[in-house]
Amino acid sequence: MRHERKGSAVTAFITGELDHFSAQQVRRELDALIAQPGVKTLILDFGEMTFMDSSGIGVILGRYREMRSRGGSVCVRNMNAQVDKVFTLSGLRQVIQII
Amino acid sequence: MEIINQMKLSFLSVPENEGFARVAVSAFAVQLNPTLDMLADIKTAVSEAVTNAIVHGYENQLGMVQIEAFLWENGVLELNVTDRGKGIPDIKKAMEPFFTTQPEKERSGMGFSVMQTFMDQVDVESKPGEGTCVRMRKRLRGAE
Ligand SMILES: Nc1ncnc2c1ncn2[C@@H]1O[C@H](COP(=O)(O)OP(=O)(O)OP(=O)(O)O)[C@@H](O)[C@H]1O
Ligand SMILES: [Mg+2]
Repeated sequence: MRHERKGSAVTAFITGELDHFSAQQVRRELDALIAQPGVKTLILDFGEMTFMDSSGIGVILGRYREMRSRGGSVCVRNMNAQVDKVFTLSGLRQVIQII
Repeated sequence: MEIINQMKLSFLSVPENEGFARVAVSAFAVQLNPTLDMLADIKTAVSEAVTNAIVHGYENQLGMVQIEAFLWENGVLELNVTDRGKGIPDIKKAMEPFFTTQPEKERSGMGFSVMQTFMDQVDVESKPGEGTCVRMRKRLRGAE
């Protein structure tokens, strides 16, 4: 997974499909990124993500809980309309900032 | 009302087939000339039902998942996703938003809500020990 570190923020670029099949791998890679010392904000860039279902919600909520427990936060950017629908439905829009 | 086309697909309950099922059903639905948004809705609903069959129905054991698809002459797509897995004891409860029996696996309990939002109609038949059938309908043409 491509990522960029700027100060205390790390941006992860999710590519392709985020479903139950890919969730395990994405989860592992995100957890490695947020385990880096000094990371306070996880930015998920969905610009190259072509599909997401409720398995993706689980992955994002899990990282949100982890970041919050460390006093950090999760943001999302480049979200398409389809993913936005899933986001809104699950209430993720209330806890995760869209930038 | 006449059926103008139908297909049946049967595959092993491995996660690799989630993407296969989405693409196969959307390729079948294309003949009704749906919008890209409608196709994305169908893919998402199929993904939810098939993933549920794999992770809940068979609990990651191997079994067969079946999808039957019908195109009706009035422009409605009908999908039946069936497993012969463990079944659902309380369907009403299972369909409530945020209800999940696998919170430890980071499941959010939103699968049925996604299906209900993205399709026009969702009905579930299930018997513990026998399996589950999720019937979904969506009008792809002639909605106006
Ligand atoms: N095919 C199935 N066989 C057995 N139980 C099922 C099946 N489909 C759903 N269920 C039950 O219904 C519950 C709710 O399903 P739903 O898809 O809404 O949420 P989830 O799969 O738990 O979480 P998510 O879809 O958000 O990852 C499941 O937790 C499971 O207990
Ligand atoms: Mg589900």
